[in-house]
Amino acid sequence: MSARVPAQPLPAEHHLPASGSWTGWLRRRTEAALPPEKLMPERQPAYVSSWIYVFGVLTLAAFVVVLLSGAWLALAGPTWWHTSSVGHFVNSLHLWSVELFFFFMVIHLWGKFFLAAWRGRRALTWVLGAVAFLCSIATAFTGYLVQSNFDSQWIASEAKDGINSPGAGAFWNVLDMGQMLLWHVTLLPFGLGVLVVLHLLLVRMRGVVPPIGVDAEGFADAGQREGGAR
Amino acid sequence: MIRIASTAPASVFDLNGPGHYLHWGFVQISVANAVVILSMIVVFVLAILLPFPQGRRQ
Repeated sequence: MSARVPAQPLPAEHHLPASGSWTGWLRRRTEAALPPEKLMPERQPAYVSSWIYVFGVLTLAAFVVVLLSGAWLALAGPTWWHTSSVGHFVNSLHLWSVELFFFFMVIHLWGKFFLAAWRGRRALTWVLGAVAFLCSIATAFTGYLVQSNFDSQWIASEAKDGINSPGAGAFWNVLDMGQMLLWHVTLLPFGLGVLVVLHLLLVRMRGVVPPIGVDAEGFADAGQREGGAR
Repeated sequence: MIRIASTAPASVFDLNGPGHYLHWGFVQISVANAVVILSMIVVFVLAILLPFPQGRRQ
Protein backbone atom coordinates (compact mmCIF):
# COMPACT_ATOMS: atom_id res chain seq x y z
CA MET A 1 0.00 0.00 0.00
CA SER A 2 1.64 3.20 -1.16
CA ALA A 3 1.36 6.57 0.53
CA ARG A 4 -1.17 8.88 -0.98
CA VAL A 5 0.37 11.80 -2.80
CA PRO A 6 -1.68 14.98 -2.82
CA ALA A 7 -2.94 15.79 -6.30
CA GLN A 8 -0.91 18.45 -8.04
CA PRO A 9 -2.63 20.90 -10.36
CA LEU A 10 -1.78 20.18 -13.97
CA PRO A 11 0.05 22.96 -15.80
CA ALA A 12 -1.95 24.91 -18.32
CA GLU A 13 -2.27 23.15 -21.66
CA HIS A 14 -0.19 25.67 -23.52
CA HIS A 15 2.67 25.27 -21.05
CA LEU A 16 3.10 21.61 -21.96
CA PRO A 17 5.96 20.82 -24.30
CA ALA A 18 4.93 19.98 -27.85
CA SER A 19 4.16 16.27 -28.01
CA GLY A 20 4.45 15.98 -31.77
CA SER A 21 0.87 14.82 -32.19
CA TRP A 22 -1.03 16.13 -35.20
CA THR A 23 -3.86 17.44 -33.03
CA GLY A 24 -1.46 19.63 -31.06
CA TRP A 25 0.23 20.81 -34.24
CA LEU A 26 -3.15 21.68 -35.77
CA ARG A 27 -4.29 23.53 -32.62
CA ARG A 28 -1.11 25.60 -32.41
CA ARG A 29 -1.28 26.47 -36.12
CA THR A 30 -4.99 27.42 -35.86
CA GLU A 31 -4.45 29.55 -32.75
CA ALA A 32 -1.50 31.31 -34.34
CA ALA A 33 -3.33 31.98 -37.62
CA LEU A 34 -6.67 32.96 -36.15
CA PRO A 35 -6.57 34.02 -32.47
CA PRO A 36 -10.01 34.63 -30.89
CA GLU A 37 -9.63 38.42 -30.96
CA LYS A 38 -9.23 38.22 -34.75
CA LEU A 39 -12.01 35.68 -35.23
CA MET A 40 -14.59 37.69 -33.26
CA PRO A 41 -13.35 41.31 -33.23
CA GLU A 42 -15.08 43.95 -31.12
CA ARG A 43 -13.85 46.88 -33.19
CA GLN A 44 -13.34 47.60 -36.85
CA PRO A 45 -11.13 50.21 -38.53
CA ALA A 46 -12.76 53.60 -39.23
CA TYR A 47 -12.68 53.07 -43.00
CA VAL A 48 -15.25 50.27 -42.67
CA SER A 49 -17.87 52.95 -41.90
CA SER A 50 -19.05 53.09 -45.50
CA TRP A 51 -22.12 51.60 -47.17
CA ILE A 52 -19.94 49.81 -49.74
CA TYR A 53 -18.49 47.67 -46.93
CA VAL A 54 -21.98 46.47 -45.95
CA PHE A 55 -22.67 44.36 -49.03
CA GLY A 56 -20.53 41.41 -47.96
CA VAL A 57 -22.58 40.80 -44.84
CA LEU A 58 -25.81 41.53 -46.76
CA THR A 59 -24.81 38.74 -49.16
CA LEU A 60 -24.17 36.46 -46.20
CA ALA A 61 -27.56 37.32 -44.64
CA ALA A 62 -29.35 36.56 -47.91
CA PHE A 63 -27.41 33.28 -48.13
CA VAL A 64 -28.67 32.25 -44.69
CA VAL A 65 -32.28 32.92 -45.78
CA VAL A 66 -31.65 30.91 -48.97
CA LEU A 67 -30.36 27.95 -46.93
CA LEU A 68 -33.18 28.03 -44.38
CA SER A 69 -35.99 28.41 -46.93
CA GLY A 70 -34.34 25.74 -49.13
CA ALA A 71 -34.17 23.34 -46.19
CA TRP A 72 -37.86 23.97 -45.50
CA LEU A 73 -38.76 23.25 -49.15
CA ALA A 74 -36.65 20.08 -49.16
CA LEU A 75 -38.34 18.77 -46.01
CA ALA A 76 -41.90 19.55 -47.12
CA GLY A 77 -41.66 18.52 -50.78
CA PRO A 78 -42.93 19.75 -54.18
CA THR A 79 -46.61 18.89 -53.67
CA TRP A 80 -46.62 21.17 -50.62
CA TRP A 81 -44.87 24.11 -52.28
CA HIS A 82 -47.06 23.85 -55.39
CA THR A 83 -50.45 23.53 -53.68
CA SER A 84 -50.47 25.24 -50.26
CA SER A 85 -50.40 28.95 -49.46
CA VAL A 86 -47.50 28.60 -47.03
CA GLY A 87 -45.70 26.50 -49.62
CA HIS A 88 -46.14 29.23 -52.23
CA PHE A 89 -44.82 31.78 -49.75
CA VAL A 90 -41.71 29.75 -48.81
CA ASN A 91 -41.09 28.96 -52.47
CA SER A 92 -41.23 32.68 -53.27
CA LEU A 93 -39.06 33.45 -50.24
CA HIS A 94 -36.46 31.03 -51.58
CA LEU A 95 -36.56 32.56 -55.07
CA TRP A 96 -36.41 36.19 -53.96
CA SER A 97 -33.70 35.61 -51.37
CA VAL A 98 -31.63 34.11 -54.20
CA GLU A 99 -32.32 37.23 -56.30
CA LEU A 100 -31.18 39.45 -53.41
CA PHE A 101 -28.19 37.16 -52.78
CA PHE A 102 -26.96 37.76 -56.33
CA PHE A 103 -27.90 41.47 -56.24
CA PHE A 104 -25.81 42.05 -53.10
CA MET A 105 -23.00 39.73 -54.23
CA VAL A 106 -22.52 41.55 -57.54
CA ILE A 107 -22.30 44.95 -55.77
CA HIS A 108 -19.89 43.36 -53.24
CA LEU A 109 -17.83 42.10 -56.21
CA TRP A 110 -17.78 45.53 -57.89
CA GLY A 111 -16.79 47.24 -54.64
CA LYS A 112 -13.94 44.80 -53.97
CA PHE A 113 -12.77 44.96 -57.59
CA PHE A 114 -12.42 48.75 -57.52
CA LEU A 115 -10.74 48.51 -54.09
CA ALA A 116 -8.24 46.01 -55.59
CA ALA A 117 -9.15 43.78 -52.64
CA TRP A 118 -6.42 41.24 -53.47
CA ARG A 119 -3.81 43.63 -51.98
CA GLY A 120 -2.04 42.75 -48.73
CA ARG A 121 -1.81 38.94 -49.09
CA ARG A 122 -5.54 38.74 -49.83
CA ALA A 123 -5.24 37.01 -53.22
CA LEU A 124 -6.63 33.72 -51.92
CA THR A 125 -9.59 35.56 -50.33
CA TRP A 126 -10.34 37.15 -53.72
CA VAL A 127 -9.99 33.83 -55.59
CA LEU A 128 -12.22 31.96 -53.13
CA GLY A 129 -14.85 34.70 -53.48
CA ALA A 130 -14.70 34.42 -57.27
CA VAL A 131 -15.01 30.61 -57.14
CA ALA A 132 -17.92 30.95 -54.69
CA PHE A 133 -19.59 33.30 -57.19
CA LEU A 134 -19.25 30.69 -59.97
CA CYS A 135 -20.48 27.94 -57.63
CA SER A 136 -23.49 30.14 -56.78
CA ILE A 137 -24.35 30.43 -60.48
CA ALA A 138 -24.28 26.62 -60.83
CA THR A 139 -26.41 26.24 -57.69
CA ALA A 140 -28.97 28.78 -58.90
CA PHE A 141 -29.04 27.18 -62.36
CA THR A 142 -29.85 23.73 -60.94
CA GLY A 143 -32.49 25.43 -58.77
CA TYR A 144 -34.24 26.85 -61.83
CA LEU A 145 -34.08 23.34 -63.36
CA VAL A 146 -35.88 21.69 -60.42
CA GLN A 147 -38.82 24.08 -60.10
CA SER A 148 -40.86 21.27 -61.73
CA ASN A 149 -42.90 23.62 -63.90
CA PHE A 150 -42.97 24.69 -67.56
CA ASP A 151 -40.26 27.28 -66.87
CA SER A 152 -37.83 24.60 -65.70
CA GLN A 153 -38.66 22.41 -68.72
CA TRP A 154 -37.89 25.29 -71.07
CA ILE A 155 -34.60 26.11 -69.30
CA ALA A 156 -33.54 22.44 -69.33
CA SER A 157 -34.34 21.91 -73.00
CA GLU A 158 -32.48 25.10 -73.97
CA ALA A 159 -29.48 24.39 -71.70
CA LYS A 160 -28.93 20.78 -72.79
CA ASP A 161 -27.53 21.88 -76.15
CA GLY A 162 -25.03 24.20 -74.44
CA ILE A 163 -24.00 21.53 -71.93
CA ASN A 164 -23.82 18.85 -74.64
CA SER A 165 -21.64 20.91 -76.98
CA PRO A 166 -18.41 20.26 -74.98
CA GLY A 167 -19.60 16.72 -74.14
CA ALA A 168 -20.33 17.43 -70.47
CA GLY A 169 -23.93 16.29 -70.88
CA ALA A 170 -22.80 12.68 -70.64
CA PHE A 171 -21.90 13.29 -66.99
CA TRP A 172 -24.05 16.28 -66.09
CA ASN A 173 -27.44 15.80 -67.71
CA VAL A 174 -29.70 18.83 -67.23
CA LEU A 175 -32.68 16.77 -68.43
CA ASP A 176 -32.18 14.32 -65.53
CA MET A 177 -34.43 15.78 -62.83
CA GLY A 178 -33.13 13.43 -60.10
CA GLN A 179 -29.48 14.22 -60.82
CA MET A 180 -30.08 18.00 -60.93
CA LEU A 181 -32.16 17.88 -57.72
CA LEU A 182 -29.40 16.06 -55.82
CA TRP A 183 -26.75 18.47 -57.11
CA HIS A 184 -28.98 21.38 -56.05
CA VAL A 185 -29.83 20.21 -52.53
CA THR A 186 -26.60 18.42 -51.51
CA LEU A 187 -23.34 18.79 -53.44
CA LEU A 188 -23.52 22.41 -54.61
CA PRO A 189 -24.88 23.95 -51.35
CA PHE A 190 -22.27 21.97 -49.37
CA GLY A 191 -19.46 23.13 -51.67
CA LEU A 192 -20.73 26.72 -51.60
CA GLY A 193 -21.03 26.63 -47.82
CA VAL A 194 -17.42 25.42 -47.46
CA LEU A 195 -16.22 28.15 -49.84
CA VAL A 196 -18.13 30.85 -47.95
CA VAL A 197 -16.74 29.69 -44.58
CA LEU A 198 -13.16 29.64 -45.93
CA HIS A 199 -13.72 33.09 -47.50
CA LEU A 200 -14.95 34.50 -44.18
CA LEU A 201 -12.08 32.92 -42.19
CA LEU A 202 -9.57 34.46 -44.59
CA VAL A 203 -11.25 37.86 -44.23
CA ARG A 204 -10.88 37.51 -40.45
CA MET A 205 -7.23 36.41 -40.77
CA ARG A 206 -6.13 39.17 -43.16
CA GLY A 207 -8.60 41.85 -42.03
CA VAL A 208 -11.00 43.91 -44.15
CA VAL A 209 -9.15 45.45 -47.09
CA PRO A 210 -8.42 49.18 -46.53
CA PRO A 211 -9.14 51.78 -49.21
CA ILE A 212 -6.28 52.45 -51.63
CA GLY A 213 -3.84 54.87 -49.99
CA VAL A 214 -4.85 53.95 -46.44
CA ASP A 215 -2.99 51.45 -44.29
CA ALA A 216 -4.67 48.70 -42.24
CA GLU A 217 -4.87 50.98 -39.16
CA GLY A 218 -6.81 53.58 -41.09
CA PHE A 219 -4.03 56.13 -41.58
CA ALA A 220 -2.91 57.57 -44.91
CA ASP A 221 0.19 55.87 -46.32
CA ALA A 222 3.54 57.55 -45.58
CA GLY A 223 3.94 58.81 -49.14
CA GLN A 224 0.54 60.43 -49.11
CA ARG A 225 1.01 61.92 -45.61
CA GLU A 226 4.08 63.71 -46.92
CA GLY A 227 2.17 64.85 -49.98
CA GLY A 228 4.42 62.95 -52.36
CA ALA A 229 3.65 60.20 -54.82
CA ARG A 230 5.14 56.78 -54.18
CA MET B 1 -58.59 26.61 -62.92
CA ILE B 2 -60.06 29.63 -64.70
CA ARG B 3 -62.30 30.31 -61.70
CA ILE B 4 -59.29 30.26 -59.35
CA ALA B 5 -57.33 32.60 -61.60
CA SER B 6 -60.24 35.03 -61.82
CA THR B 7 -60.56 35.23 -58.05
CA ALA B 8 -56.83 35.53 -57.32
CA PRO B 9 -55.69 39.00 -56.31
CA ALA B 10 -54.20 40.95 -59.19
CA SER B 11 -50.41 41.20 -59.08
CA VAL B 12 -48.63 44.52 -59.34
CA PHE B 13 -47.17 43.50 -62.70
CA ASP B 14 -49.13 41.44 -65.21
CA LEU B 15 -46.79 38.57 -66.09
CA ASN B 16 -49.36 36.68 -68.19
CA GLY B 17 -47.84 37.51 -71.55
CA PRO B 18 -44.62 37.52 -73.56
CA GLY B 19 -41.70 39.41 -72.05
CA HIS B 20 -40.63 42.82 -73.26
CA TYR B 21 -37.20 43.16 -74.86
CA LEU B 22 -34.89 46.02 -75.73
CA HIS B 23 -33.07 45.80 -79.06
CA TRP B 24 -29.95 47.78 -79.94
CA GLY B 25 -28.23 46.38 -83.03
CA PHE B 26 -27.20 42.84 -82.19
CA VAL B 27 -27.68 43.55 -78.46
CA GLN B 28 -30.91 42.20 -76.98
CA ILE B 29 -31.86 42.28 -73.31
CA SER B 30 -35.15 41.78 -71.49
CA VAL B 31 -36.61 44.80 -69.73
CA ALA B 32 -36.63 42.83 -66.45
CA ASN B 33 -32.88 42.09 -66.66
CA ALA B 34 -32.13 45.68 -67.71
CA VAL B 35 -34.06 46.98 -64.68
CA VAL B 36 -32.10 44.70 -62.31
CA ILE B 37 -28.71 45.71 -63.79
CA LEU B 38 -29.57 49.43 -63.71
CA SER B 39 -30.79 49.05 -60.09
CA MET B 40 -27.47 47.45 -59.11
CA ILE B 41 -25.54 50.32 -60.70
CA VAL B 42 -27.70 52.91 -58.90
CA VAL B 43 -27.31 51.14 -55.52
CA PHE B 44 -23.54 50.81 -56.10
CA VAL B 45 -23.18 54.55 -56.76
CA LEU B 46 -25.38 55.43 -53.78
CA ALA B 47 -23.34 53.09 -51.53
CA ILE B 48 -20.23 55.08 -52.41
CA LEU B 49 -21.76 58.56 -52.20
CA LEU B 50 -24.17 58.35 -49.26
CA PRO B 51 -22.65 59.10 -45.83
CA PHE B 52 -22.62 56.23 -43.34
CA PRO B 53 -24.31 56.81 -39.94
CA GLN B 54 -21.66 57.58 -37.34
CA GLY B 55 -21.48 55.02 -34.56
CA ARG B 56 -18.75 53.49 -32.44
CA ARG B 57 -15.54 53.71 -34.39
CA GLN B 58 -11.95 52.81 -33.73
